[in-house]
Amino acid sequence: MSTDISFPPPRLLSVGDAAWTVEFGDSIDPAIHGRVLGFSSLLDTLSSDGRLEGVVEWVPTFRSVTVHFDPLRTDAMALHDLLAELAGKSGSLSAAGCRWHIPVCFEAACAPDLDEVAAAKGMPRDEVVRLMTETVFTVYMLGFLPGFPYLGGLPAALDMPRLATPRKVVPSRSIAIAGRMCAAYPWESPGGWRLLGRTPVRLFDPANARRPALLAPGDEVVWEAIDAATYDVLDKECAAGRFDLSSLLKEGEAA
Amino acid sequence: MSGVVEVVDSGLAVSIQDRGRTGYRNIGVPVSGALDPVLMAAANALVGNPAEAAVLEVGLSGPSLKALSGTVRVGLAGEMGAQLVNTRGQVLKVAPWQTATLFPGDILRIGGVSHGVGYVALTGGVQVPAQLGSRSTYLRAAIGGVQGRAPKVGDRLQCEAVRGDPWLESRGRAPWHHETGPIRVILGPQEDHFTPQAVASFLTRPYSVTRDMDRMGLRLDGEKLAHNEKGAEIVSDGVAPGTIQVPANGQPIVLMADCQTSGGYPKIATVIRADLPRLAHLRPGDELRFVAVSHADAAKALREQVQRLADWAGAIQTFRPPGVIDEAALYGANLICGVVRGDEWSLHGVDLSHPFGAQHG
Repeated sequence: MSTDISFPPPRLLSVGDAAWTVEFGDSIDPAIHGRVLGFSSLLDTLSSDGRLEGVVEWVPTFRSVTVHFDPLRTDAMALHDLLAELAGKSGSLSAAGCRWHIPVCFEAACAPDLDEVAAAKGMPRDEVVRLMTETVFTVYMLGFLPGFPYLGGLPAALDMPRLATPRKVVPSRSIAIAGRMCAAYPWESPGGWRLLGRTPVRLFDPANARRPALLAPGDEVVWEAIDAATYDVLDKECAAGRFDLSSLLKEGEAA
Repeated sequence: MSGVVEVVDSGLAVSIQDRGRTGYRNIGVPVSGALDPVLMAAANALVGNPAEAAVLEVGLSGPSLKALSGTVRVGLAGEMGAQLVNTRGQVLKVAPWQTATLFPGDILRIGGVSHGVGYVALTGGVQVPAQLGSRSTYLRAAIGGVQGRAPKVGDRLQCEAVRGDPWLESRGRAPWHHETGPIRVILGPQEDHFTPQAVASFLTRPYSVTRDMDRMGLRLDGEKLAHNEKGAEIVSDGVAPGTIQVPANGQPIVLMADCQTSGGYPKIATVIRADLPRLAHLRPGDELRFVAVSHADAAKALREQVQRLADWAGAIQTFRPPGVIDEAALYGANLICGVVRGDEWSLHGVDLSHPFGAQHG
C-alpha cells in the first residue's frame, strides 16, 4: 500500500442513521478505486484488531466505501469523525485477480435491448457484439444482488443511460450495460440496465460458503460469443452442476 | 428436548426470518431479516426465545402447523388470530399477543394478517440450517429458509419442546403499536442531486403506496421529484434498507429488508432504523409523509423503541387458559389441580367468569 497525501479529502455522506458512505470520488477510475481498496484494507486491519466497535460490515464500491454500523453500539458522529480521519490517512491499493472467459449468447432471445442500442448508436448489431467481446472488463465491485459484478471498461461507443423506468423482471444471467458499465445479473430481478446477452454460467452459489461469488473485485472478464444451441448445452451442464468453472480460466492468463 | 411441527397449510407470503444476514454485503448479499424486527422480538419474547430467534413472518395469511412430537409453544405477534384444533376435535380461539401450546397431534390454524405483517415464534426458534450465517429467507437467490424457499405443505420444522409447565401460557399486556406521524428520514446521500423544490416537496407532500411492493422495496406515487443538473444517475454506491432512491421518472422507491446492497439512482434520503418497522405495515393506497431528523434524533428514537419493547416484554404475564371441560378426563383421572378450559381464550376477551389463574378444583 502506498500513501499519497495529494489525494483530495474524502466526503462522508449519510445513508440513514446506521451507515456512512466514505466517498473518494464520483467517477469510475482506477486511481479512485485504488483508494477504495486501500481504505477497505485499513478497515479490515482495524476490525480484526477489535478497533471498530459497533461497525457491522463495509461495502467497497467503484468510488466509495459504505460502512454499516449499529447505532445502539456506536455514536454516529464519533464514527463519522473516526472514518474521516482514517480515510484521509489510508493509501491506495491495487487488486490482482483472475481473467475469466465467460460464454455469452447475443442472439435475439437473450438480448432484448441489443437492436435498440445498435440503432441508438448508429451501428450494426454485429458491431455491438464485436465491441462487447473484444473488451477486457475489470470487476470493480459486487453489489445490487448476490454475486452481481459491476464491470468497468465498457467502450464509450456503447455508453447509454439506464432505462427511465426500471424493468420489473430482468431474466437471470442477463449481460447488461448502463453508462460506462457492464454487468451480469446472477438472478432474476427488477433492473434498469439494457440487456445485450445472456450467459449460462452461474455466478453465485450459496452452498459454497468459502467463495459463494464467482467473481471478485480486481478480476477481469472477457465475454465469448456462443450460439443459442451451445447456450442450451452449457445451461443444462451448469444447472446439473456438471460445469467446471475453472475451465473459464485460460492457462497463463492471470489478470 | 426437540419439537417438530409439520406444515399442513403453507399460508400466503410466509417466510422464515431472523435478524438478517450480515457480513456478505460486500459480495452483494442482501441483509434480509424480519421486515418488522420489533414484532419479531415480541413474538419471541412471548415464548421465552432470544429476540433474534428465527420465526415465521406472515405477509398475508398464516400457515397451519401440526405438532408431531414434543409439546411446542407458539407465540403470535401482529394483527392475526388463530384456531387451535386439538386431538379431541375441540376448536379453541387464540388471539394474537399471546401463546398457544400444541401437544402432539394438535393443529394451529393461523389466520390472515389484517394489517401489515405478523410473526409466529416457536419455542427455541425455527431450526432450519443457517446459510451464510442466517436462517433468513432470501428467495431471489434461494438462500436460507427451507432449502432456499418458503415453507410448504409437508415440511417438518424442527424447534424445541416446552420446558416446564405446559399449561402456563403467556400474553402481552396490550398489543404493540408503533409510533405514528410522518416517517422520519435522514437526508442524503444524494439530496444534492435534486432541486430545492424537489427536496421541499419530498418533505411536505403526501406520497401513496402503489401496488408494486414486496420485501425488496415499495414504489410510491406522488409529486414528481425533479433531479437537478447532476442528473438521475450516479456511479453505483452503497444503499441500506430504508434508502429512498429516485429514478428519472421522479417517483420514489423505498428499499426494504431484501433490498440490493448498492444502486445507481440518486438517493434523496434514508428512513431511520426506528421507523423501518412501520414500512412493513403499509398497504397499497396508504398515504405517508416524510420528515427530516438529525442523527441525534434518530438515535434517541431507536433507544426509546428498544426501551418500550423491553417494557412490553417485561410486562408479559403468564396465565392458565380457561378450557373446555373434558368430562371423561375429569371423571377418569384425579383432576384436583387440573385445568378446566372454557370455549376460548383471547387477549381482550378473557371470559370474566373464568378469570385467568384457572379454576382449581
